[in-house]
Amino acid sequence: MKDKIAVLQEKARKLRVDIIKTLHRSKSGHTGGSLSVIDMLTVLYYHKMRHDPANPKLPERDRLILSKGHAAPAQYVALADCGYFPKEDLQMLRQLGSHLQGHPDSKGTPGIEVCTGSLGQGLSMAVGMALALALDKSSSRVYAVLGDGELQEGQIWEAAMSAAHYRLDNLCILVDANGLQIDGEVARVMNVEPIADKFRAFGSNVLEIDGHDLGAIMSALDEAETCKGRPTVVVARTVKGKGVSFFENKASYHGVTPSDEELPKALQCLGDTCD
Amino acid sequence: MSKMIATRDAYGEALVELGAENGNVVVLDADLSGSTKTSGFAKNFPERFFNMGIAEANMIGTAAGLAAAGKVPFASTFAIFAVGRAWEQVRQSVAYPKANVKIVATHSGVTVGEDGGSHQSVEDIAIMRAVPNMTVIVPADGVETKLAIRAAAAYNGPVYVRLGRNKVPTLFDEQHDFAIGKGYQLRDGSDLTYVTTGLMTAQAVAAAELLAAQGVSARVVHIATIKPLDEELIIAAARETGAIVTAEEHSIVGGLGGAVSELLCERCPVPVKRVGVQDRFGTSGKAEELVKYFGLTAENLVEAAKEVLAKK
Repeated sequence: MKDKIAVLQEKARKLRVDIIKTLHRSKSGHTGGSLSVIDMLTVLYYHKMRHDPANPKLPERDRLILSKGHAAPAQYVALADCGYFPKEDLQMLRQLGSHLQGHPDSKGTPGIEVCTGSLGQGLSMAVGMALALALDKSSSRVYAVLGDGELQEGQIWEAAMSAAHYRLDNLCILVDANGLQIDGEVARVMNVEPIADKFRAFGSNVLEIDGHDLGAIMSALDEAETCKGRPTVVVARTVKGKGVSFFENKASYHGVTPSDEELPKALQCLGDTCD
Repeated sequence: MSKMIATRDAYGEALVELGAENGNVVVLDADLSGSTKTSGFAKNFPERFFNMGIAEANMIGTAAGLAAAGKVPFASTFAIFAVGRAWEQVRQSVAYPKANVKIVATHSGVTVGEDGGSHQSVEDIAIMRAVPNMTVIVPADGVETKLAIRAAAAYNGPVYVRLGRNKVPTLFDEQHDFAIGKGYQLRDGSDLTYVTTGLMTAQAVAAAELLAAQGVSARVVHIATIKPLDEELIIAAARETGAIVTAEEHSIVGGLGGAVSELLCERCPVPVKRVGVQDRFGTSGKAEELVKYFGLTAENLVEAAKEVLAKK
């Protein structure tokens, strides 16, 4: 277990480096939320989920929907590293003609299940997938990754209500609760707390964890799988910009990419260099 | 008089047939299954029916998720909610990924009647037509509705089908060769052409009869699929008859009249008159009163023909 966590930690560190390099090159994209969510994506893609990069449509695969679609760079670097598409594609992020759109697009990118980016919509699609998989008596699971600011969208609560109503225990919702959104602190812009109580009241099993503690993420996802008759929500407390000290907890780095000057310092924070 | 049946009733029957034939067909509704007629499917296939409650945005997103997992979802509610309340979900979760979702909306237009303007969708054709990847179908009668629902199920991609609340006359027989994107000439004529959709096609047929008695020869072209439009049929009608009257139970802004005007302006300019709701909201009343109030009768179509003929 300890060894596994160490391996995943190193993977997450490398993926953070990929995120920084990719966003520096594209000069456009969302840095803070990509860094806050990458530990969860690392555990999902490299430990928890059943999936096959050589066969992205494997019927028995688990599904991941990044409802906070602006964190696409985090998902893209993981998919590229897993082998869904060549790593060189990352250099074309957000460029004309690239399959790596600003927000996830299932039409062009292997491993992307649906189109997200307009906040609040991914959970409904996850509910639909979970319903379909339950109808088919499939053992596949659905993971929906949400932002905490995203919880301000009313559709999230429509979807949460329906997930509990239909007893979707094959659905696990992860909330990347980094506490920040574009205009500032979530608590100040439009408070969504208490997140855990809200989801409990909507009928879900709720776990609260440190979203950068890989062991805690692994345990929570295992526990979610054992919970029957209702969906599980993992409220993961995270730090926006995690891993790059001068990006951490700054709303101003929501949609800003590392500058030429910041790049070496950011990589240094991550124990890497420009080469 | 031909058999009268509401297009929503035909939809309900078609769904039950489809449900028996295709185990992947699933149906979602937003607390209106008795009105949209999805209740028949719900009764026959309860495990494949999902009442999503009064939450249309989530219903459309859920339908997209079901489609992404290989199901063929039909999502139904009133037109104003399917298109209005859930528009961006239709755009982002359904049309943008080209999800195989069928949105079948009932209670469209002013013939909703007594419920009034809040419930009378007069903008939905325009709104759905503007969305890339979307197919828009407005059947004229019960027979065509059943065929359209089957065609929608067979087609892989997003489809919007617009249905009505009230009984309408049956124009087509079972041999009707319905296909998505195909228009139908129901009557030949040389002086002008009615290009119509939905329940207005029956009015156009009646108007053509009235005109014939006055020595005017009107062609009637029924456009069931507003997108993609049967452009060649409409251009031929414009070229051969030299004048067009469009008619729809919808705003004159952006619907069939808009689509036909855009097409003809670019490719075959002739005088066009758009019959429909004149850029205003609906109001309470009986359906038969409202079609008169909003100028959607055969007599209105006769007047429109004379207006457009004077410009030839």
